[in-house]
Amino acid sequence: MNDIVISTFAGAIRAGTPLLFATLGEILAERSGVLNLGLEGMMLMGAFTGFSISYITGNLWLAVLAAILVGGLMASLHAFMSITLRINQVVSGLALVFLGQGLSGFWGNAYVGMQANSFQNLKIPLLGDIPYIGPIVFNRDILVYIGYISVPVIWWFLYKTTAGMNLRAVGEAPDAADARGINVILTRYLYTIIGGFFSGLAGAYISLAYTPMWVQNMTAGRGWIAVALVIFAIWDPVIALIGAYAFGGISVLQFSFQILQVPIPVNIMNMFPYIFTVFVMLFASSNRIKKLFGAPSALGVPYSREEKT
Amino acid sequence: MSEKILELKNISKSFSNLIANDGVDFDLKKGEVHALLGENGAGKTTLMNILYGIYKPDAGEIFLEGKKIDISSPRDAIENGIGMIQQHFSLVPSFSVVQNVALGLKELGIIPDLSKVRKRIVELSNRYKINVDPGAKIWQLSAGEQQRVEIIKLLYVKSKIMILDEPTAILTPQEAKGLFETIREMTANGASVIFISHKLKEVLEISDRVTVLRHGKVIGTVETKGSNENDLARMMVGRDVVLKIDKKPSHPSKPILKIENLHVIGDKGIEAVKGVSLEVKGGEILGIAGVEGNGQRELGEAIYGLRNYTGNIFINGSKVRSGDVLERIKNHVAYIPQDRKADALCGGLPVYKNLFIKAFSSPVFSFNPYLFYPEKLRKPAEKLVKEFSISTSSVDQEVKFLSGGNMQKVVLAREIESEPKLIIAVHPTRGLDVGAEEFVYNVLLAQKERGTAILLIAGDLYEIFNLSDRVGVLYEGQIIGYSEPDESHIEEIGLMMAGVKNEDKI
Repeated sequence: MNDIVISTFAGAIRAGTPLLFATLGEILAERSGVLNLGLEGMMLMGAFTGFSISYITGNLWLAVLAAILVGGLMASLHAFMSITLRINQVVSGLALVFLGQGLSGFWGNAYVGMQANSFQNLKIPLLGDIPYIGPIVFNRDILVYIGYISVPVIWWFLYKTTAGMNLRAVGEAPDAADARGINVILTRYLYTIIGGFFSGLAGAYISLAYTPMWVQNMTAGRGWIAVALVIFAIWDPVIALIGAYAFGGISVLQFSFQILQVPIPVNIMNMFPYIFTVFVMLFASSNRIKKLFGAPSALGVPYSREEKT
Repeated sequence: MSEKILELKNISKSFSNLIANDGVDFDLKKGEVHALLGENGAGKTTLMNILYGIYKPDAGEIFLEGKKIDISSPRDAIENGIGMIQQHFSLVPSFSVVQNVALGLKELGIIPDLSKVRKRIVELSNRYKINVDPGAKIWQLSAGEQQRVEIIKLLYVKSKIMILDEPTAILTPQEAKGLFETIREMTANGASVIFISHKLKEVLEISDRVTVLRHGKVIGTVETKGSNENDLARMMVGRDVVLKIDKKPSHPSKPILKIENLHVIGDKGIEAVKGVSLEVKGGEILGIAGVEGNGQRELGEAIYGLRNYTGNIFINGSKVRSGDVLERIKNHVAYIPQDRKADALCGGLPVYKNLFIKAFSSPVFSFNPYLFYPEKLRKPAEKLVKEFSISTSSVDQEVKFLSGGNMQKVVLAREIESEPKLIIAVHPTRGLDVGAEEFVYNVLLAQKERGTAILLIAGDLYEIFNLSDRVGVLYEGQIIGYSEPDESHIEEIGLMMAGVKNEDKI
């Protein structure tokens, strides 16, 4: 029984980590006012890039770096389309999803079923020996630890630094930020691309640590779950952490339930995260609720200095 | 009052087909208040947005203390000591006062020391007697308080030149007085102020010099001391202006509109109208005054059925349902909304269709409600265009190409043509020039003569004085009291607008 508890919680953290990265990145982008629905596409390309570079070079860190850069590259495409050309952000984000699915499917065909280097668990001395908590929290791979650290760092950045204040102002009231000399366009580019970095990293985690192999379409809708998690988290990194691990928990629950022989069909349990996502999106698509929960007011609205009314 | 601190030379700016500024010259002396006077759309705000780096001028030069400078963004303007308070405040609603003041400051470093900023805010607010709570969030503040935050922002960065764009529009008369005192204090401390306005009285009160703009051109610059209301009005409008409207005493008949305990939820999900009860009789105009954002829009929309409510509304004695516009139209209710482009007109449709867009459900007309014969509408449309002197190339012209005044005339023509028993008019002259304003006034007064009940919701107290027979003041969603529509009661009305209750009610 102990083993099942530990493996369930450990699994929640592992399954939650890619969600966490993608959600944190999207929080930064949306806080600047740019809605990027292309997480799924960026994660897929990150997963593919990470896996293929690891396969070719054997260098895991090079693979992660490449995945991050590819995520950023795709995000900069979104930034150009939505910030400079002021194309509808939903349309441009969806385009990224299809782009990611298409490219990774096309290039990834050759890698299906291959093996590559992957991240191994790294027990932290002392902390790793605490009963229960140790094996669940402190006997994980290094990317999970990076996830732990990112949350307080991003929280501190958002609420305690000048740059974080400027970022929030740009997403809340771009005209006010502009009138105070903050470069709205540059800020939005920057955080959209940083959001892409995180998505690339999330993808790399899936193909280099979570299930270390290449499977077509292996992100399996996690990008969409992350989009919903951003809303669930009310654009706050700490709630994002809770949400990501909770979602991770739901998705690994099926394994524990199978062992415990709980009489719910696997297929039903597989649906849980997606059903929950649908509900969050339904709930959050109302403008009134968005306002109530403090969505960045200028989210999804392109900014142009001379085109105000 | 000595050397010129700022000079704008030959500034021109046009937007696609509209010339907003045409070779404008303007200068500012150190320590003066220089008013920029003109009607809506005369190009005042455009000119100042150029100075503040929001718009790029097509031509022209800017000289600061004799040196030519180039301002291509608000940051350049701020660095040159130029600050501007725009009509729509540049504040982040979810931030505190301190954060808003701190935003964009250069000295902040990586981690801002907000306690230092707070200390200076307190110092400044004591020195200039500007009352603000540094810890409050902007969305919690009234418009007047938000304006004080904007002033603190300018003082904080020691702006030498301060541009105030229509600053009194959102203030009660008492708050406006307080603002004028602050402006005098600022100029005494060496700042120079550009005061944008279209209100003659306040320009005469606060300014040292006045520059008048009309259709994007400078008409002239005069010393305030040697000038008067009539001279300035003539410069502003280009002809003599009848400033007084002929308001006849009312002979109210039976109540047409009766509201009991009306509650309406606003856009933010918060109650915007909190238990309003009122009555408007046929042949009288009830003016509703108040600082904007106190539930005026929601009140108007609820009465017309555009917004759901709880409580009772009776029109002509019969109760109408919440949220049912069609029922209003059938009961001869006319509506002049505050945003005519969004709520009253279809910009892409021609004038004649806009004129009869309501006619299919109105009891006055007998159109076939299922089939549409445009040629049958042209003739009556042409008649209306003549009657209301709408200047349009033809009735087939798309409404979006008309000027604001002519758009409003189209709305008026349509609403009056349906022989209303009740007119709900929300800010009916907003954004109109004096000529169009006069036209709207006279149409409304003529309707009153006919025995129509009119509910006039307006921000401009003089508009209410000019038209209405009674004034109710709306404060935080409630009618806080009633008064007489006369300048002698301005003090009392102003206090009610600020939430101070008046004991004797009508």
